[in-house]
Amino acid sequence: MLENYIPILMFMGVSLVLGVVAIGAGSVLGPNKPNKDKLSPYECGFEAFEHTRMKFDVRYYLVAILFIVFDLEIAFLFPWAVVLDEVGIFGFLAMVVFLLVLVVGFIFEWMKGALEWE
Amino acid sequence: MDTLLSIWMWFPELLRVFVVNLALIVAIVVPLMICVAYFTFAERKVIGYMQVRIGPNRVGPRGWLQPIADAVKLMFKEIIIPTESNPYLFRMAPVLVLGPSLAAWAVVPFTDSWVLANIDASLLYVLALTSLGVYGVIIAGWASNSKYAFLGAMRSAAQIVAYEIAMGFALVGVLMAAGSLNLHDIVTAQSGGIHQWYFIPLFPLFIVYFISGVAETNRAPFDVAEGESEIVAGFHVEYSGMAFAVFFLAEYANMILIAALTVLMFLGGWQAPFDVAPFTWIPAFLWFGIKTSAVAFFFLWFRATFPRYRYDQIMRLGWKVFIPVTLVWIAVIGVFRFFTPFGHWFQ
Repeated sequence: MLENYIPILMFMGVSLVLGVVAIGAGSVLGPNKPNKDKLSPYECGFEAFEHTRMKFDVRYYLVAILFIVFDLEIAFLFPWAVVLDEVGIFGFLAMVVFLLVLVVGFIFEWMKGALEWE
Repeated sequence: MDTLLSIWMWFPELLRVFVVNLALIVAIVVPLMICVAYFTFAERKVIGYMQVRIGPNRVGPRGWLQPIADAVKLMFKEIIIPTESNPYLFRMAPVLVLGPSLAAWAVVPFTDSWVLANIDASLLYVLALTSLGVYGVIIAGWASNSKYAFLGAMRSAAQIVAYEIAMGFALVGVLMAAGSLNLHDIVTAQSGGIHQWYFIPLFPLFIVYFISGVAETNRAPFDVAEGESEIVAGFHVEYSGMAFAVFFLAEYANMILIAALTVLMFLGGWQAPFDVAPFTWIPAFLWFGIKTSAVAFFFLWFRATFPRYRYDQIMRLGWKVFIPVTLVWIAVIGVFRFFTPFGHWFQ
């Protein structure tokens, strides 16, 4: 069974090599005439106003945290969905209870405004 | 012939496996790259006709050599690496975006027997690889050290991550119906004609999956990450030449991948819609190709039709519409399966 994974590993290798070769070919074949203005960060023709590593909205963090919660939930659902036949009605109802708990959390987030983006 | 065969058998087994697999991989990647190149051409032509113009028609007969001309042009363009950027991460990012979008094809079953790696966890593998692309986006935005790139990367990453959840839930529905993580088994579970395909019993999940796929690839109408009017090209604003081309290829390869996965999971994969004469004449891989092209066409159609969403609208659609819909439908599938006589449809 494990030998089925060899082609996958090779495929990953080939796709990475393809990207490296494309960029390598571009750097070899293309011209290389740098100057100060060309290499400055793009800002619609202006000189850069301030440093790029600036503050950004905390909501991006919030999205990331919520993503982790829900992604874990999906990770729980995957094996359960595969063996749904074996676990039967009992397994289904158990998962419904679990999902209900999460739905309560989801409603809480919603009411708290964590999903707002204005 | 016999001598060739004996020379072949004389090689060590590991080398033979290696050579055969490499040949198969090339046999998948080369047609795929040609499809990607001509998908960009199709996009320009289709959108052209939808806007009552002709689209590219100068290079070759009716413009058919346009993608090749574009590739050659980009090949000979300078790759600018800004002084303030992190040069290693800057070069790595496009590779990290292209890699997963190609590598996912390792487990795609083209027909009943044409699949490179028939592994049991293929759906999990595909889900993992489609999520990997976000690293390339974040790295590109961060390494460029440019405000537009940075903001674009934050936006795309948040959007990709938000729609990832809806996508995952839609996949759970497919798993419940098919009872297997193996893409091949998921397709064979849909055999018997168009009424057995999962897009009927799992219709809401089908819609959610496909629209999430559009959002995941940052395509119109969800392309705020590269909304030209505000942050120019988004996370790849500093990229030029081949480095940009690799991002471009990855975006189109991802679209074709999403189309192919939609076909495999909801539209019966390589199977003919009806098991009667004129439909069964068309070979299986052609059915797969026809369906994939039809689904891929929607990406282009969307772009020509819908105006761009605002960012808060995108987030609202992902969190407040798609996630509740998928959660409810997972419960509905279970109820149908265990408590109603329609269970066979969900199996």
